[in-house]
Amino acid sequence: MHESYTLLIEVGALLFLLGLLGRLSRRVGLSPIPLYLLAGLAVGHGGLLEMHASEEFFAVGAEIGVILLLVMLGLEYSANELVGNLRAAAPAGLIDGVLNALPGAAFALLLGWDWTAAVVLAGITWVSSSGVIAKVLGDLGRVGNRETPVILSVLVIEDLAMALYLPLVTALLAGVGLFGGLKALVIAVGTVLLVLVVAIRYGHLISTAMSAKDPEALLLGVLGMTLLVAGVASKLQVSAAVGAFLVGIALSGPVAHHATELLTPLRDLFAAVFFVFFGLVTDPRDIPPVLLPALALAVVTMGTKVLTGYLAARRAGIAEPGRWRAGLALVPRGEFSIVIAGLAVSSGRVEPALAALAAAYVLITVVTGPMLARLPDFGWFKQWLRRRAAAARRMEPLPTPD
Amino acid sequence: MRVRVEQTALPGIGVRHDLLTESGRRLGVVSHRNGRRDLVLYDPDDPDSCQHDIPLTDDEAEALADILGASLMLGQLSGLRDQAAGLLTEQIAIPAGSKYVGRRLGDTKARTRTSASIVAVLRHGEVIASPDPTFRFAAGDVVVVVGTRAGLDGVTAILADSDPDG
Repeated sequence: MHESYTLLIEVGALLFLLGLLGRLSRRVGLSPIPLYLLAGLAVGHGGLLEMHASEEFFAVGAEIGVILLLVMLGLEYSANELVGNLRAAAPAGLIDGVLNALPGAAFALLLGWDWTAAVVLAGITWVSSSGVIAKVLGDLGRVGNRETPVILSVLVIEDLAMALYLPLVTALLAGVGLFGGLKALVIAVGTVLLVLVVAIRYGHLISTAMSAKDPEALLLGVLGMTLLVAGVASKLQVSAAVGAFLVGIALSGPVAHHATELLTPLRDLFAAVFFVFFGLVTDPRDIPPVLLPALALAVVTMGTKVLTGYLAARRAGIAEPGRWRAGLALVPRGEFSIVIAGLAVSSGRVEPALAALAAAYVLITVVTGPMLARLPDFGWFKQWLRRRAAAARRMEPLPTPD
Repeated sequence: MRVRVEQTALPGIGVRHDLLTESGRRLGVVSHRNGRRDLVLYDPDDPDSCQHDIPLTDDEAEALADILGASLMLGQLSGLRDQAAGLLTEQIAIPAGSKYVGRRLGDTKARTRTSASIVAVLRHGEVIASPDPTFRFAAGDVVVVVGTRAGLDGVTAILADSDPDG
């Protein structure tokens, strides 16, 4: 029984450490994601001390973590919200995709990586972290702000775009080539549309099939269905994560509400395991060489995200300060970027340096993002905006007297 | 309603209603999907940003709605007074010794006897609008009566009638 107790000790010690780190991060008002990543780096390959017995546990846990992250994301939205939001927010989503995915792709090519790596890095720099941003908006008391719907619709579009992007990238990483990738994309688009239609028309039926009254049955039912659909989706090369996301979308009403309550603690546990696992499989010795590139990439794509939010808010008729708030709030990248990097690394088809780059990149944006989001609340920032506005007024030609 | 209330969906969170007051302030209510609600007041210098974000419990929201409803109704009643000459509104407290404490509104036969109507009762800061004849009075209630001068005086006299047994 040597193996069994080593596993318990390793898993127990690591989870306990995560608990302490989570507490610490809340104390200083930061997202715990960077600390979990660092913990994983510290105990993984080439880290301070290596764990072996628990690696398999963390690998399976991490997979469940991704699925739970996505199903919870799906539960947050109703199908009607997604579709209703689509038309109004599509231009903002397009600006977002172009401004943030292209720098990532260009950067990968500049580093001399192949097209697959470019597609992967494009995804990593594209998607903001809904989890971190939602928390920042709540912490700063900005949920009622008039630019908040703009931020949320950009996030919704990104999440929907992921439902198309993840299958494509899964197919590319499986080495099926361009044609296979397109086929996967077609299947994915079909599945997503089918699920949206079913969810809008018959979502209440799926929801009534699971009673919201019995917590145990609901927990097992929703978790079981999610894992099952995720597994089938992954077999069809549609990506397990997207399958889970769609299950979340299909559930609605009280069932979705209760399932959210039941699954949240599970999600917290397995998502932490997922971040640790990503750190575990990333060799910290790979990070120093990519630190400067990661920093450069972070600076560029943080700038493009601010521009995205600024432009999207301007389209929605938000005044100058609100445009800056929207832009700066969108900066942090997080769980999705790690999900994409995790997919890429576990396929073994991209350079190992990509994992290190992704880890460093997410660490930088997730730590600085919430701090940048606070900038517009400072007096000197407001004053700078006022001076800018005054200067802009002066620049305008005076109306000529008749 | 002459005020334009803007409704905005907040995907993943809930819905926000907001309006611009005549004095130029914007205020709103964010209703979260989980049943929570916040009263938000916007910054006059930066109308997109909420300056205050006040979470309200169910009871607090209900109390606030009652207070606003009550002041609105009293305002409308005084408006009515201006419109219809001779028609008056008065708030009459039920004296502690009244024989109607603990008895039903219908027992006063106020409308038949004075042709004035009891349109509302104020109790512990809450408004009970259009109480029906089975409504039971308690000491400390204030009734809002609409009628002619003579009718109002009649109702005052009826309610002041002391309980012969008490």
